[in-house]
Amino acid sequence: MAMKRLRLVPRDTSWDFFSRSKLWLGISAFMMVLALVSFGVRGLNYGIDFRGGTTIRTESAEPVVVGDYRDALQGLELGDVLISEVYDPSFGPDKNVAMVRIQAQNETESVSSDTIAQVEAALQEVAPDIQFLSVESVGPKVSGELIWTAAIAVLLAIGAVLVYIWLRFEWQFAVGAVLALVHDVVLTLGIFSELQLKFDLAIIAALLTIVGYSLNDTVVVFDRVRENLRKFKKMELKEVLNLSINETLSRTMMTSVTTLIALIALIVLGGDVIRGFVFAMTWGVIVGTYSSIFVASAILLRLGVKRDWSKPDANAGTQFADIDA
Amino acid sequence: MVHIDLWKRILIWGLCVIGLFLAMPNLFYDRVETHNDAVQTIEKQGSSPELEALEGAWPSWLPSDLVNLGLDLRGGAHLLAEVRMEEVYEARITGLWPQVRDALRPLRDTVGSIRRQNSPKDQLKIRIGNPEGMEQALQTVRGLATPVASLSGGGGQDIEVSAQGDVMTIQLSDAEKAASDERTVQQALEIIRRRIDEVGTREPTIQRQGTDRILIQVPGLGSAQELKDIIGTTAQLTFQPVVSRGSSADAQPGIGEEVLPAMDEEGVYYTLTEAPVVTGEDLVDAQPSFDQNGRPAVNFRFDGAGARKFGDYTAENIGNPFAIVLDDEVISAPVIQSHIPGGSGIITGNFSVEESTNLAVLLRAGALPAGLDFLEERTIGPELGADSIKAGQIACIVAFVAVLVFMLASYGLFGLFANIALLINVGLIFGLLSTIGATLTLPGIAGIVLTIGMAVDANVLIFERIREEAKTARGPARAIELGYEKAISAIADANITTFLTAVILFVMGSGPVRGFAITLGLGIITSVFTAIYVTRLLIVMWFERRRPKTLEV
Repeated sequence: MAMKRLRLVPRDTSWDFFSRSKLWLGISAFMMVLALVSFGVRGLNYGIDFRGGTTIRTESAEPVVVGDYRDALQGLELGDVLISEVYDPSFGPDKNVAMVRIQAQNETESVSSDTIAQVEAALQEVAPDIQFLSVESVGPKVSGELIWTAAIAVLLAIGAVLVYIWLRFEWQFAVGAVLALVHDVVLTLGIFSELQLKFDLAIIAALLTIVGYSLNDTVVVFDRVRENLRKFKKMELKEVLNLSINETLSRTMMTSVTTLIALIALIVLGGDVIRGFVFAMTWGVIVGTYSSIFVASAILLRLGVKRDWSKPDANAGTQFADIDA
Repeated sequence: MVHIDLWKRILIWGLCVIGLFLAMPNLFYDRVETHNDAVQTIEKQGSSPELEALEGAWPSWLPSDLVNLGLDLRGGAHLLAEVRMEEVYEARITGLWPQVRDALRPLRDTVGSIRRQNSPKDQLKIRIGNPEGMEQALQTVRGLATPVASLSGGGGQDIEVSAQGDVMTIQLSDAEKAASDERTVQQALEIIRRRIDEVGTREPTIQRQGTDRILIQVPGLGSAQELKDIIGTTAQLTFQPVVSRGSSADAQPGIGEEVLPAMDEEGVYYTLTEAPVVTGEDLVDAQPSFDQNGRPAVNFRFDGAGARKFGDYTAENIGNPFAIVLDDEVISAPVIQSHIPGGSGIITGNFSVEESTNLAVLLRAGALPAGLDFLEERTIGPELGADSIKAGQIACIVAFVAVLVFMLASYGLFGLFANIALLINVGLIFGLLSTIGATLTLPGIAGIVLTIGMAVDANVLIFERIREEAKTARGPARAIELGYEKAISAIADANITTFLTAVILFVMGSGPVRGFAITLGLGIITSVFTAIYVTRLLIVMWFERRRPKTLEV
């Protein structure tokens, strides 16, 4: 049974994660500012879910010539038209896929079937064997609502987490965890605006999963911190945090790596339709793992924490906690 | 000492077996689907040898619930429609004018001239010649109001009448608007459902969303336009004389006669005169009500032309049945009890309140009650869905194998236990998805893959903990016990928080996102179960057999 085991981190580590904590927090803050600037300047490349409009996915045996497609649609006066070719390793040479996006045509409704028929006919002129794999159209009325619901969902998730951790731990933990989450969400928004990746409803789902995942990591570390605070009453907070992170490091890496393995399999093999979604999650797992160590714990260290855990929660928090005979 | 009661062991294995048993049909998706379709067709149209053969493709004693595939995986059409409620208000208001005019006419002496004024479309403004008569005019018009008919029964009158100087304003009350919205949407839903059922596609989704929206998803349909065409066609409602009632579809109808099946009674067929007495186009209203004996019934009303035709016919045919036919099915065939002159009548029968409500809806359901705005439409080709499924499957398998190998390499025998638990876990997810009839979408597949990655987390937590405890604890049994005990709080916190986000996603999300939330949420439940109970049981069983002196985690 003495099989050689795979180990991602050495058996007993005692790395000091806080010797440069200011630097790490600084880098994180800087990245967040960069992300927000990018978000403010470039904005997100919203999909039709959020801005309304129509996307048509086409497939043809002939290679896609974006210019020809654009010329074909010019005469229809559809306003903003965006044509992009889609690549995927699974497509053969005779499978050429493009996405055509057309801006919303009126105030409430989705694009009329007539318009879509016109577009399809025009494209058929350019590529006779063209097929329309999917046509999706969202009216501005719905997309306006969708973006609000999405924003509320993310805020609600973060709020729920704040309350849960506050109840289960102490407020300092909750603040640390939530700042780490905000960090993850902001950085994800940042990379989506910087790379101008399509931001649609699925990405919101990914964002919420990132929130869940990053939290998972943070909570595991915090749980160990709480345990060690009770165990080593005299130890300095910084040491306790370091010890806890080192003790859980092996698990943190294992879980991140297994999750990343699964996600990378999806990125490579899962097809282009969900690539953006999976990319967001992969990014989130990496950022989330980083933030649970370097943001959440570092903030906890700065905020300090109650040290007397000897009578865990028995009276804590009730109005009778400090009553004297 | 490590020990698990026998009943617990049986319970754990039992749950796993049941879950896997329920998941099994998904392995034979096509066969089970053929079977299910055949069963449905037999229910609707009766049996035939070919159908029996198709049904036989899957043994009927095995579970046959499948995971529904979402539109993005199967291809089909999706529409989100908004009902134009204002049209209904306008029609009501417009219909009020003759009524109000007729009511005020006898009061000419006190109110003076009666003139309709220009007004917003949902209001009726009337100027009277003699402002002093306003009090009396108001009283008369208020007398026209009827209590709001709604299921919630919240009282109030249907119209609000007010006056300013010599102008009287009549509009629908908020309660009536709410009741009207409710009726209109129900009616639209009912019509759309009937239209789509007629086309006979598999598992359409027709849902109300919010107060005035309807979501329609039909798998396997060529385009959203096709779906709009289907919804657009109107129902054919006719009132036809009954020639005879029989139990065979093959009855020989005479010239100008036809044989139609009864809607609710199986095996009942009516022979009817083909030319209708009146049609649904003559019908203005139908409402659920009660007859003089307090039994549920349906009131209906024809317009002028319809009322005349209907009156003449009923006068001549007292004691004869006549049939109410909707889209070539006989809804009911009441006997004419008396001459019905006013163009309104009542249909009685063995109705429950619910049935009479439905019948009223169906009677009104001739045409859509109001126009629809299409806010969102999606067409997904079946090829794209098939590609997505294929890609998803491959990704799932690769992710799975990679994680299995990785766990084995990291934890050896314990890794193997975790792997068995992971396999059971994925089985359980599918079992649960099939049982609750959830829909699997492309993000849902991603959710499963993510669960595969994250499901091992609980085991990793436990194993890492056992490793730590093995250094200090006395003996391997104690280390295992402590490992589980101490890892529990972290596992609980971590999973509850993730579960919270899954719930929020489910509540706030729609369509594919909701599919993702479901698989994520179910995945959390099953992974906690398998990681805590199944691996523990496996480890305990191994431990009892081997009694190792040291642990190799």
